[in-house]
Amino acid sequence: MSAELLDTPAASAAPAGPPHPLAEFWTSFRANRGAVIGLALIVAVFLMAVFADVIAPHPPNLTNDAAFLKPPFWQAGGSLTYPLGTDAIGRDILSRLIHGARLSLSIGVAVVAVSILVGTMLGLVAGFVGGATGIVIMRVMDIILTLPSLLLAIVIVAILGPGLMNAMLAVAVVVLPHYVRIARAAVIAEKSKDYVTAARVSGAGPLRLMLSEVLPNCAAPLIVQASLGVSTAILDAAALGFLGLGAQPPSPEWGTMLADAREFVLRAWWVVTFPGLIILVTVLAFNLVGDGLRDALDPKLKR
Amino acid sequence: MLRFLLTRASLVIPTFLGITLVAFFLIRLVPGDPIETMAGERGIDPARHAELRAEYGFDKPLLAQYGIYLERLAHGDLGRSISTKEPVIAEFASLFPATIELGICAILFALLVGLPAGILAALRRNSVFDHGVMGLSLTGYSMPIFWWGLLLILLFSVQLGWTPVSGRIDVQYFIEPVTGFLLIDTLLSDESGAFASALSHLVLPAVVLGTVPLAVIARMTRSAMLEVLGEDYMRTARAKGLPAWRIVGLHALRNALIPVVTVIGLQVGVLFTGAILTETIFSWPGIGKWLIEAIGRRDYPVLQGGILLIGAVVMAVNLLVDLAYGLVNPRIRHAR
Amino acid sequence: MPLLDIQNLSVAFPSAGGTLRAVDGVSLTLEEGEVLGVVGESGSGKSVTMMALMGLVAYPGRVTADRLAFAGRDLLGMPARERRRLTGRDVAMIFQEPTTSLNPCFTIGFQITESLRQHLGLDRKAAKRRAIELLEQVGIPAAESRLSSYPHQLSGGMNQRVMIAMAIACNPKLLIADEPTTALDVTIQAQILDLLLSLQRERGMALVLITHNMGVVAETADRMMVMYAGQVMEEQPAKTLFTAPQHPYTAALLAALPERSEGGRLATIPGVVPGLYDRPRGCLFSPRCAYATDHSRNERPALRPWQGGSVRCHYPLGDPSRDARIRQDHPVGASADVGASADAIPEAVR
Repeated sequence: MSAELLDTPAASAAPAGPPHPLAEFWTSFRANRGAVIGLALIVAVFLMAVFADVIAPHPPNLTNDAAFLKPPFWQAGGSLTYPLGTDAIGRDILSRLIHGARLSLSIGVAVVAVSILVGTMLGLVAGFVGGATGIVIMRVMDIILTLPSLLLAIVIVAILGPGLMNAMLAVAVVVLPHYVRIARAAVIAEKSKDYVTAARVSGAGPLRLMLSEVLPNCAAPLIVQASLGVSTAILDAAALGFLGLGAQPPSPEWGTMLADAREFVLRAWWVVTFPGLIILVTVLAFNLVGDGLRDALDPKLKR
Repeated sequence: MLRFLLTRASLVIPTFLGITLVAFFLIRLVPGDPIETMAGERGIDPARHAELRAEYGFDKPLLAQYGIYLERLAHGDLGRSISTKEPVIAEFASLFPATIELGICAILFALLVGLPAGILAALRRNSVFDHGVMGLSLTGYSMPIFWWGLLLILLFSVQLGWTPVSGRIDVQYFIEPVTGFLLIDTLLSDESGAFASALSHLVLPAVVLGTVPLAVIARMTRSAMLEVLGEDYMRTARAKGLPAWRIVGLHALRNALIPVVTVIGLQVGVLFTGAILTETIFSWPGIGKWLIEAIGRRDYPVLQGGILLIGAVVMAVNLLVDLAYGLVNPRIRHAR
Repeated sequence: MPLLDIQNLSVAFPSAGGTLRAVDGVSLTLEEGEVLGVVGESGSGKSVTMMALMGLVAYPGRVTADRLAFAGRDLLGMPARERRRLTGRDVAMIFQEPTTSLNPCFTIGFQITESLRQHLGLDRKAAKRRAIELLEQVGIPAAESRLSSYPHQLSGGMNQRVMIAMAIACNPKLLIADEPTTALDVTIQAQILDLLLSLQRERGMALVLITHNMGVVAETADRMMVMYAGQVMEEQPAKTLFTAPQHPYTAALLAALPERSEGGRLATIPGVVPGLYDRPRGCLFSPRCAYATDHSRNERPALRPWQGGSVRCHYPLGDPSRDARIRQDHPVGASADVGASADAIPEAVR
C-alpha cells in the first residue's frame, strides 16, 4: 500500500503527453509545498532504513565501555566517531536511529496494511449485508472508538504480553474503526447510485460488486487515511515502546530508546532529544503527505 | 432536542455493555488461572482459591459468570487492587480529581490559544501568520508528547529552573483534600505559597497534554471560520453596519463553533491517551500513572476497573458534548 | 442635492491573470424617493456597484470613485466608524437568497433588534416592541411569536419579509434590493415586490431594484439603468426605455422577455459577457452586437447624454443618421450577420 503511495507520483511525473488523471493529480500535489517536503522526508527515512547497514557508522547494539554518554560532536568532549553522541552504555545514537527507521517504517506500513485490509472488508460487509451483522460490526467499532486508543492498546498488550509484534497488533486494532467507517460510508453512498444498480441488474454478484464497483470509489479517502494512519501507527507504537510495552530493549526502536533515555534527562540532553526529534519529523512527514493527498485527491474532503 | 438526546443515549447502552464485556474478558483472557491472576504473584492458599472460585462463579458457564460480574458492577463492586488491597473504585475516586484537574487545564490552555489562533489565521488567510499557525499546528498534531514533555522538562526545569520536574505540589505542603482539585484546595487552605506551588507543578503537564488538542482546535477553528466567513449572512451582518468585533466575534464565531464543539468532544479520548503518557512523565498522581503502574505490577483488577470507569467517563462526556452541540446548533435543538 | 451621487465608480479585483474590473466607471445619481431599476445579465457588475456603495467590497477588491456621496456626505473620505453608522441605518440592503442571508444561529427577533439597538440605541423592551411592529408591517402573521423563530423554521418568502423588516428597521433613506425575488416561488415574487413598493411609497424612501429580469421592473421603476460588463450602457426614464430603447443591448434584453417573444421562439443574445481575458478593445458589447462596425470595435464609446437619459453607443437606435453612419463605418460581417441581426433586434426596436 505504502510503496504504491510513494511510487505513484514519481511514475506519473515522467510522461508529458495528454493530461492523464495521475499527471493531473501530481500537478496539484506538487503545488502543495508542505506535501512535497513531506514526501522528500519520507523518501529520506525510507532510504535510511533500506541502507541502514551501509550508512550507519556502528552496529546498533555495539557498546563501547570507553564512551558512556558522550555528547554530540559539536560539544566539548564529543567526537565525529559518535556524531550524535552515545547513550548510557556507549552505543552510537546515530546508528541506532538509522536502524530504528527500519522498525518504525515497518510498524507503520504493516499496521496500516493489516488494518486497511481487515477494516475495508468489515466495512464493505457492514455496508452491503447490513442487518444484524452490520450492526454488530459497527457497535464493536464504536466500543473501540470510545475507549482511549492508548488505553485499549495497553489492555491488548497486557493480555498478549509486551513485545513489538503484540504492540503492532494492538495498534492495528485501535485504528481499525476509521477504515471500517470509510468503507461502510462509501458502500452506503454508492449502493444507491445508478451504476451499481445497473451492475446488479446485469447480474453482477455482491462480491463482484463490492470489489469492482464500490471499492475503487472509496479509494481516495482510504489512501488519505492510510497515509495519515502510518503516522498514527508510528506514534502509537513509539508511545507503547516508551511505556515499556512495545519493542523491548535492546531494540533500537525510537520510543524504546526514549524510555531508556528518560533517567538521563538531567545529565545528557542528546540521549533524549534525538530519538524524539526523528519520531516528530517522520510523523510530521506522513501527515504533510496525507494532507497533500487529501487536497489533491478529493477537493470535497478539503477542510 | 429530547429525541435527539434519547437517540444518542440509546446508542450509549450497547456500547457500555460492550465495554463491560471487554473488561470482563480482560481477566479471563490473560494466560493462566483467573483467580491466580486476580490474587497476584504472592499466590493463594487452596481453600481461599476454591472460595473465590465459587464466589466469582468460575465453575459456572461463561454467561452466568458475566451475570455475576454485572451484578457486582451494579453494586459498585469493581474488585480490589492486588497490591494495595483497596477497592478499585475507591482508588479511582481518590486519583481521578488529579486527572480531571490536569485535563481541564489542558483543554483550557488549548482553547485559550487554539481558538484565537484559528480565528486570526482565518481572518488573515494566506498571510505569514496563517502559514505559521498551520505549520505549528500540524507539528503539534504530529508531536510525540512523551518526548515533548521530556523536552520541556529539559528546558524549563533543568536549564531555566522555572518549574518543578514532577508531582502535584511541593512535599512541604499538606493540603486537606476537599474538592480533590489542588488549585481549589490550596486556595481554601491557609498555607501561603501552596497555590503557587500547585500552579507551578501544573503548568508544564497541562501544556504538554494540551498540545495535541490545541493543534486540532486551531486547525478546525480556522477551517470552520473560513467556511463561515464566505456565507451570505456574513454579508448581511456587514450590511447592517455592525462593528467588526460583533461581526467576527458573534455572527461568525457562533456558527464556526458548531464543528469546533464536536472536535473538542472528540478530544476527550485523546486527552485520556495523553494523560497516560503525561502523568507517567511528570509523575502526576492520576489515573494514567495508576494504570501504567498497575500493568507493571500485573494488577489486573485495577486495569479491569480502570478501563470500565474510563470508558464510562468518556461516554458521559460524549453525551454532554452532544447536549452542548444541540445548544449551539438551533437546527438540532428544534428538529422535530 | 441628490440623495446619492456616484461619479466614475470603479471596483477592481486583482487576480493571477490581471486586474478584473467588475465595475468600470459607473456614474449615477438618485433623488430622494426615486425608484431606480438596474438591469443586466449575471456578471454585469450591478450587484458589485451596490456592494461598493454599502462598503461591502472585501479585500482584495479596490473601490475608486471621483465622488461617492450619500446625502451630501463623502462616503470614501469618511472614517470607517462613521460610515458604519450610516450603513444599515440610512442605506440598507436586502439580498437574493433570504434563507442563507439570515444567520442560522440567531432568532429572527435577535437579528432585527440587533440593528435597532446598534443604530437607534433602543433598549431591549423598546427594540422588541419595534421589531413586532416591523414584522406586522411586512405582513408576517403572529408577529410576536415569530420573534423566537429561527430562519430554518420559516419559508423563503417569510425570510425575505424578515430581511425587509430588518432593512427598514432604522427608516433608511435608501433601500437596495438585490434580486429580492429571484430565489422565491413565482407566486411569492409578486407579493414581495408589492410589499417593497408599498413600503417605498409609504415611507418615501428611495429604492434601487437590481434584477436581471426586465419584466420585474417594467411597471415599478421611475428610471432604469442598464449595465453590461461593469459599465453603464444606457440610462433612461423607465417609460421611454421600454418603448424606445436607445442601446442595442437594451433592445436585445427587451426582446428576450417571454411576453415579447414572437412565433413561439424566445429571442436570445448570442455569446457571453466578456471575462477577464477576452475584454474587447472597443465597445464591450461589440462582439455580440448585430450592428458592430470597425469603428465600434476599435474605439470604446463614452457614456453621453442622449435624449432623456444617456447612452454608451456610437449609433444609438434613435439616431436618424444611424443607418447611414453604420454603412459608412463598415459593419462587421455585414453579409453573414444580416439575417441574424434581424432576428436579434425585433419588432419593438424598429
